[in-house]
This record gives sequence, C-alpha cells and structure tokens, in this order.
Amino acid sequence: MINYSNFFKTAAIGLVSGICNGLFGSGGGTILVPAMVFLLKVEQHKAHATAIAVILPLTIISSIIYITSGIYDITLTYKITIGSILGGLLGAILLNKLSSNFLRKIFGIFMIIAAIRMWF
Amino acid sequence: MVLYLIGFLSGIIGGMGIGGGTILIPALILAFNIDQHIAQSVNLISFIPMAIVALIAHFLNKNIKINILLALIVGGIIGSFLGSLIAVKLSSSLLKKLFSIFLFVMGLYEIFYKTHKK
Repeated sequence: MINYSNFFKTAAIGLVSGICNGLFGSGGGTILVPAMVFLLKVEQHKAHATAIAVILPLTIISSIIYITSGIYDITLTYKITIGSILGGLLGAILLNKLSSNFLRKIFGIFMIIAAIRMWF
Repeated sequence: MVLYLIGFLSGIIGGMGIGGGTILIPALILAFNIDQHIAQSVNLISFIPMAIVALIAHFLNKNIKINILLALIVGGIIGSFLGSLIAVKLSSSLLKKLFSIFLFVMGLYEIFYKTHKK
C-alpha cells in the first residue's frame, strides 16, 4: 500500500537534494540526512546509510553530464580518488571512536571562511 | 603528493559523515586555483568508488530504509538532471558565487548541528 502524500513529500526531498548535488557537485547527502531525520523520522544511522544509496545513482548521473560536457580532469580526479578512499576508510573507523560534534563546528567555521573568500 | 593528502583529509571527513565534498571543493579552488566546474566534477567522480564500498557494507548490515528509497531516487534523478544541466551551462564565475552562498549556509548548518538520538 503506497501512501501518495508521503511519496510526494519524500520525492520532493530527493528532488531538492538532487538539484543541489548536481548544481554544486556536493552537498546532496548533507541535505538528505537531516531531511530524513526530521521530516521522515528515520533514525540517524539509517539516514546516513540510506543517503549513500540515494546519492550514489544521482552522482553517477551528474558525473556523466559533467563528463559529456567536457568538464573533467583525469589526473586530478585520480589523485583525489586514491586519497579519499584511504581517508574514507579511516573516517569510518574514527566515526565509532570519537565524537564528531566538535569537528563539525570546526569545519563549519572553515566553510564560512572559505565561503567569504570565494565570494570576493 | 599534496593532492593525495587533500583527498585523504576530505575522505576522512566524508567517512565520518560530515560532508567531505563541501570541504574538498573550496580547498581545491582556494589552495590550487582549480576551476569551479572542474573542482565540482572531481568531487562527484571521486565519490563513486568509495560510495559503492560503503553501500555494500550498509546493505549487508541492513541499515538502508528500502521503503523510502524509490521516492527519494525518483525525485533525486529529476533533480540531478536539472542541477547538472544548469551547472554546465553557467559561467564559472557565477557558479562560484552561487557555490559560496551554498557553502555559507552549509557552514552555519554544521555549526548549529545537534546529534539526535532516538
């Protein structure tokens, strides 16, 4: 039994995440996780896992559109990918060992400084 | 070598679920003078292999909410086409301005974020 109003609410969350993820090349997961937790009442750790299952196909679509438009750099992407796979494994281990709330605030401050520098 | 390190650091942040890309993109642009479009493309593509591995692990641990997946992906695919097609048409300078607004809002969100335990 499908509840249509829930379906459209959920699809709208997906739509906004997809637009941001495609337009800014990032951030889809950062929108999806709190949206699922607050609007769809999904538990935090399941929201993180589900976000990856959603963002992966969206990122593949966006990547194809960027690549077919000639927007890519193979050498740079290769180096970042190798680094991020190793970092991602370490991050997943650290997640269970330390609180990420303090880190979030530090990165939030970095992001705001970077945002101001990028604007000017 | 520095680029591997930047990837490594953003990977740690991403692996912790804090959004590695919103850190990686400004780092590439501000420290290495990479073009806005290219930085976004790098972040998108580099996410894919790690996400496949993480997804298999989450699937085996039954952490994925299958019942809401279809609606999220249907909406998300439409959004991805819209967002990406707009992004590739915009000039780098305009995209950079829009990104900086997005980054500012995301930064505020991270600062005021509170973990909800249920």
